[in-house]
Amino acid sequence: MSLADASTFTRRLDDLGVAVAAGPPEECATMVEAAAGEPAVGVPLGRSGPDGLADSPARLPDRVETEPTTTDLRAAHTGVTAASLGVAEYGSVALEADPAGTEPVSLFVDRHVVVLREADIVPDMPDAFDWLGPRARDESVDVVFATGPSATADMGGLVHGAHGPKEVHVVLLRDDGATDGSDAADAAEGVQ
Amino acid sequence: MSSDAEAGASDAAGAGDPDRETKAERIRELLATEGDAVAENTRGFNEGRYESTGRLDDYEALKEEARAVKEDAIERLPDLIDEVRETVEANGGTVYLADDAADANRYVREVAADRGAERAVKSKSMTSEEIEVNAALEADDVDVVETDLGEWVLQLADEEPSHIVAPAIHKSREAIAELFAERFDPDDPPETAEELTMFARERLGDLIEGADLGMTGANFVAADSGTMLLVTSEGNARKTVTATDTHVAVAGVEKLVPTVEEFSPFVELIGRSGTGQDVTSYISTLTPPVDSPVPDFGSDQEPLADGSDADRDFHLVLIDNGRLAMRDDETLRETLYCIRCSACSNACGNFQSVGGHAFGGETYSGGIATGWEAGIEGLDVAAEFNDLCTGCSRCVPACPVGIDIPWINTAVRDRINRGETDPSQLDWAFEELVPDEEPGGLDLGTRLVGNYATLAKWGHKTAPIANRLADAGPVRALAERVAGIDRRRELPEFARESLVEWFDARGGPAVPADEATREAVVYPDTATNYVDVARGKATVRALEALGVRVRVPDLPGSGRPPLSQGMVATAEAAAEDLYAGLAPHLDAGRDVVVIEPSDLATFRREYERFLPSESSERLADASYDAMEYVFGLLENGADPAGLRAPSEGTGPVASGKRIAYHPHCQARTVEVGEYATATFERLGYDVRVSDTECCGMAGSFGYKTDYYELSVDVGEPLREQFGDTDRTVVAPGTSCTEQLDALLDAAPRHPIEVIAPRG
Repeated sequence: MSLADASTFTRRLDDLGVAVAAGPPEECATMVEAAAGEPAVGVPLGRSGPDGLADSPARLPDRVETEPTTTDLRAAHTGVTAASLGVAEYGSVALEADPAGTEPVSLFVDRHVVVLREADIVPDMPDAFDWLGPRARDESVDVVFATGPSATADMGGLVHGAHGPKEVHVVLLRDDGATDGSDAADAAEGVQ
Repeated sequence: MSSDAEAGASDAAGAGDPDRETKAERIRELLATEGDAVAENTRGFNEGRYESTGRLDDYEALKEEARAVKEDAIERLPDLIDEVRETVEANGGTVYLADDAADANRYVREVAADRGAERAVKSKSMTSEEIEVNAALEADDVDVVETDLGEWVLQLADEEPSHIVAPAIHKSREAIAELFAERFDPDDPPETAEELTMFARERLGDLIEGADLGMTGANFVAADSGTMLLVTSEGNARKTVTATDTHVAVAGVEKLVPTVEEFSPFVELIGRSGTGQDVTSYISTLTPPVDSPVPDFGSDQEPLADGSDADRDFHLVLIDNGRLAMRDDETLRETLYCIRCSACSNACGNFQSVGGHAFGGETYSGGIATGWEAGIEGLDVAAEFNDLCTGCSRCVPACPVGIDIPWINTAVRDRINRGETDPSQLDWAFEELVPDEEPGGLDLGTRLVGNYATLAKWGHKTAPIANRLADAGPVRALAERVAGIDRRRELPEFARESLVEWFDARGGPAVPADEATREAVVYPDTATNYVDVARGKATVRALEALGVRVRVPDLPGSGRPPLSQGMVATAEAAAEDLYAGLAPHLDAGRDVVVIEPSDLATFRREYERFLPSESSERLADASYDAMEYVFGLLENGADPAGLRAPSEGTGPVASGKRIAYHPHCQARTVEVGEYATATFERLGYDVRVSDTECCGMAGSFGYKTDYYELSVDVGEPLREQFGDTDRTVVAPGTSCTEQLDALLDAAPRHPIEVIAPRG
């Protein structure tokens, strides 16, 4: 990731109508609080997205139900999950269909709030597939590259929220303390 | 919705070929009922493609990369099938290689029965349409629900897709609102696009929650990992997979690529090429069975994710259904590179007017459908719509994997010609006019067009009689009845003195060899030599004014007309004859200047299939579009003062300065369309260029009774752009000028006639 990637990524999200909040991991809960509607369900950070998120100071606000039942999911306005990767040129986020339920929580809701570490932004699509290839072969991961909200033009005009979320918000965790060669999660710890 | 379709078609116009009338009636019906909606959508997609691919820095390199992946994958296909079987099974899934549709359906029915499935939800998949799996499952009392909104609309309306990516583009918002009101009788009927979408989302959401089996297609499958890629925007494929514990993916064997990393160029190209989106909302890259917990919508107190491994089944059904035979077929093999993006449909003038209900077969539609339907269903099905490819070639630069779609159409047309000969036709009466290499009994209209070079020569020799005859009512009626040439079209009027005769009578080359900057042959193509001699004379004058020593030798036709009729052997013989005629000039280092863009396109695109590569490359390198040549001369220091600059002044005089230019479709494909614009601007003209892909005339297409109305409809955007202009209308293609004349009453000229010094 470079600063240029983060700014390209943010610009693309803006083009897609996706709201972005950026700040240090410590402010994650505050940013999610502002982005999430009511009621909200979610998947704990680290169980959703990169493992390193579990060790980061980033948290979800208490009002986000992180052990939802299907009833909670159905009733939810907002789903909060992490993303494993961002693709700068496209404004895409990589969501893993993991056992913790990132896929249904990001899908069966009106608003999806995505938590992404700035360090996990790659410049372009080939980088994303270079990342995916080994993980698909070795770990059989299931990944959805989501770009903006769900959309259809089948009903005589462009409408958001055909089956999936009508809106997407991205919470970008800055890693100001990142130093060369260090893991982004370690860097986030260093900030503390 | 289509209750009035097909009504009262055949009893209208009296005698004639019944097939021909049915086809014309069907097209007329579609133009009236679906044409506007299809045109608006496809033209929007096509503009979006230009914008979205224009944002890529490396579009051509990406296309080449995608093409290389497909070439490699199809070459290694049997190995990839073995490999994906191993990887999917290692992941805990099953692979079934189905020989044909019945075999695939039998397997899917077994899976559904083993699961005890009562409802299957599906995301959009053309391959599932191809095998008609819905009907197979419904026969077993499985409720099948299409969850793509467009597909669901069609399922409710009991209609077929009109487009491979946006299946319901032929239906207006009003028609969908009416359909929902009729089918569901809601208290508050949805009307706006937003309301209709939310209505569908809720209904389908409930149906998905109660489903047992999820069916998807696959856009690509990576053999190295068993990862499948799905390109979607709505999120229905995600829900289909997530909400059900049994996932069946059906995919043609050609969807296999070697590795996950090779997905990348396709992800960047498929949305841009199709609907003009840089990327669609969701690119699912699943290595099933997927890891998501199965939400138990029936038991609402269970936690969504209880920490246990998901209990999911996955079946990848790979479909052969003719594909492995296509792989061994030199002509059809390239079809297997198709990624079903729909660019060839959206870029196609005819498709824009009638959509896939006319321009399509059992399953697939658009230009590439000829390859698919010929390979999967057979020549009979391809023959029903293959005529609608006019060879305009605008799909060629649009195709993200560089398939020569017009060539597939031509080669399949050739097979149809050879398979469908009717020996009862009165060929003996026309033997001299149709000296081709084709089997006797070939449709007469096809042969007359295919032998246009001979016909034109005969018309020129007997010009006063031929022209008078051509205008005579009874002759036109006969031509319409026997050869299908529509009497509403004006026929070209043959010249009494050909270009070659004029040049010889004038005394041959006018620029002395020792004063010449270059030497060139102006190719007297059939249309220029025998019909539109004025543009030939103008070309000679313009080049001479720029110091070129010009010759106009007597040379045979290029083979473009027979090629357009699928008469490949005849076209090949023409290529050989013409090359033999040009070879001494090429040996002498002369350039070949071509006035008719379709002939230049033939030299540059198709001759490589007919001539030894050394010869075709030599001709392609030495030949120039007339305006390209003028532009090159000016760039190399020729004095523009010899050419005609625009008149200064106001009022009618000034209109001569203002040009409306329609570049020829094939000229744009071989990238010479812009030289006229550049030359005009350099000389001080003000040029407005049409953005219409093809004028709709497309050589002989617009003359044919079946297609007259369609041809006029395709040209309609040109009327909208240029209809009330006071600009001087120019077009380099002969058939474009005929079409523009009919549409605008403008008597357009070749661009070179505007800039050439007066004769």
